[in-house]
Amino acid sequence: MEVGTTHYLVLSTLLLFIGTVGVLTRRNIIVILMSIELILNAVNINLIAFSAALQQIHGQVFSIFVITVAAAEAAVGLGILIALFRNKETIHADEIDLLRW
Amino acid sequence: MPLDSILFYLFALIVLGSAVMTITRRNVVHSAIWLIGALVGVAGLYLLQGAEFLAGVQIIVYVGGITVLFLFVIMLVPVREEALTRRFSSQKWVGVSCAAVVLVIVLSFVVYGAGGLQFPERGEPLGPGSLTENSEQVGYVLFSEYLLPFELASILLLVAIIGAVVMSKTRKSETEG
Repeated sequence: MEVGTTHYLVLSTLLLFIGTVGVLTRRNIIVILMSIELILNAVNINLIAFSAALQQIHGQVFSIFVITVAAAEAAVGLGILIALFRNKETIHADEIDLLRW
Repeated sequence: MPLDSILFYLFALIVLGSAVMTITRRNVVHSAIWLIGALVGVAGLYLLQGAEFLAGVQIIVYVGGITVLFLFVIMLVPVREEALTRRFSSQKWVGVSCAAVVLVIVLSFVVYGAGGLQFPERGEPLGPGSLTENSEQVGYVLFSEYLLPFELASILLLVAIIGAVVMSKTRKSETEG
């Protein structure tokens, strides 16, 4: 069976699903950040698939920007995590309830 | 079955399998290692699609940078005690249901809309005609059409560096007191 753009779209949707499940169900914030990386990779697969199908380079350039933002997001997210762990001694998302009243 | 299809299914299996392992492992270090597998699989998919430059960037930035960053942070928190606690939060089934609804909606769009995707025949050159190599084309477009976003990205990275350093450093008063 010939592999077309639809195959890549389905793969990226499944990766998005796995990443979303990771974000919504895990307690460990580090794993939640990893799941966000998975979601961003699903976006990149989409961009590259359309870039190849449309014979346009712009999708790949966008993908570079997505990777840049992912790197910045990981650095800031992990910085927040370290500051949080120093203050609250926990890395569980459901134990951080400072904003709950 | 052509080689392209075999490689696609191989990489798809690696990506999805590693992704599932990433979000289900009890030990965070194992999650990080499986994440490397998923990211390398995505790099393979880039290669299949003719995006060689991005495959290199993916390996260097994600596997060489972000995953190492994750591993460094994991070293700062107690993994062994962590492994004994519950993995999933109490609202896990609500979360899975919501994600499943999104999956069904997006998949139905993709599957039913697949017939509407009209693409030009392959063989037309990407970008400016004189450039044939993938990294040449990416570089040309990046430094002409996308110059401003490219420079803004460097500011974003600078802000992220400063933010990460400021947030994770110990304040003087804390170390003394």
